Amino acid sequence: MSSTRRNFLSGGLRSAGLLALGGLACDGDRPHAGFLGLMENVNERFQRALFDPGRLAPELSEGEESAPEDFPAYKISRELPVAPAGWALAVRGLVARPLTLSVAELRRLPATRTRVRHHCVEGWSAVASWDGVRLAELARLAGVDRRARYVEFRSFDSGYWSSWDLESALHPQTILAYGMNGAPLQREHGAPLRLYSAVKLGYKMVKYLTEVSFLPVRTGGYWEDQGYEWFAGV
Amino acid sequence: MPRSKQPWLIRTTHWANLVFLVVMAGSGLRILAAYPFLGERGRDYGWYLLQGMRPPDALTIGGWLAGARHWHFAFAWLFVANALVYGVYLFASGEWRRRLFSPRRDARNAWGTLLHDLRLRREAPPPVGLYNGMQRLTYTGVLAAAPLLVLSGLAMYKPVQLSLLTALLGGYDAARAIHLLVLAGLALFTVVHVVQVVLHPRTLAGMTVGRDLGPEERRAPRETRLPEEAP
Repeated sequence: MSSTRRNFLSGGLRSAGLLALGGLACDGDRPHAGFLGLMENVNERFQRALFDPGRLAPELSEGEESAPEDFPAYKISRELPVAPAGWALAVRGLVARPLTLSVAELRRLPATRTRVRHHCVEGWSAVASWDGVRLAELARLAGVDRRARYVEFRSFDSGYWSSWDLESALHPQTILAYGMNGAPLQREHGAPLRLYSAVKLGYKMVKYLTEVSFLPVRTGGYWEDQGYEWFAGV
Repeated sequence: MPRSKQPWLIRTTHWANLVFLVVMAGSGLRILAAYPFLGERGRDYGWYLLQGMRPPDALTIGGWLAGARHWHFAFAWLFVANALVYGVYLFASGEWRRRLFSPRRDARNAWGTLLHDLRLRREAPPPVGLYNGMQRLTYTGVLAAAPLLVLSGLAMYKPVQLSLLTALLGGYDAARAIHLLVLAGLALFTVVHVVQVVLHPRTLAGMTVGRDLGPEERRAPRETRLPEEAP
């Protein structure tokens, strides 16, 4: 056997061995573990470094809104979730003044409208306009403590939930929405109140909200705990 | 001593690139499978003939959307780092001069090679140095496509934080289409590339162990040739 070919074979075997080792550290079924989990941390740092709290997503025109049937609505409950009687949003955690707000009270707060492109983790995009209150406004009303670094959102959709970094939550295009496309929020889109944001993927935007908690530590989320990326900024 | 035909840095980055590209393509196709349409919701691109067709599972890596995304965004860094090492070496070493397409040197030669490959011309123009003109044109095209692949990927990954880049590429959905089209182009290149290697196996040894198999060796007596090089 020529030395050329011997080198070729031994080089190939070495490479195959390294690949096998690398493959063990990459398991798509456990994306938060091993090399993939390590790189998720790297990517979170990259995304946080890239995130500019003052950068706004382009606001779009009414003509760019997707037709209602082209804006999908996902839920995890089998049936459309129904708001419990006497529904009110609770704002709690590291706040000076815990709040309980009905829809009528939320509608009396300074309103904002944002019409931006929606990015789903699946790859599709669509456009709608959203009416609501900036989360930053609620944070101001509740008096969020300096120690709060994360925000957790809970819902009445079979316990669907998520948690965010504080910076993204306080972005001016992150709102608690009670209206969509100029009309009251429909049940399939999360009525009476949902989280909407220009700076996160769709699965971070909890619908059917019940509770917003400002926390010193990060928690997880419905999809995040199953393996989806926690930061998920856009 | 003549310079090695394929320096070790080029060989190493070439094979590392193969591994990373396979991972990126496989995980990318699994991500595409989650929504196998191009164009925004309600405004599918009419020109895309594969609307709604999921890539075959056998071509995908990651198992499910979350797994594939983790593979994709982990290996993207390795892919880019490897490409940067290659790019810096290519220019710092001067290798670009004998590898990249130069119209004055390569245009006629490329055209002649194309005619020969299409069986429209009997004689193939001889290679000019390391490669013939068609090889230089193709390899340079592939190298030029790589930044577009990375930029369109970033435009999709961060359409708000990098909104200028995304707008430059025509928007989120256009970036997604560009990303897939460049992949299709690279896949086509790879098929032709592998066919050419099968037809000229000594190039595989050159790219692997770097043994110089230049014109001198080609003129070597028949009995010293490796069996697969026998006519």
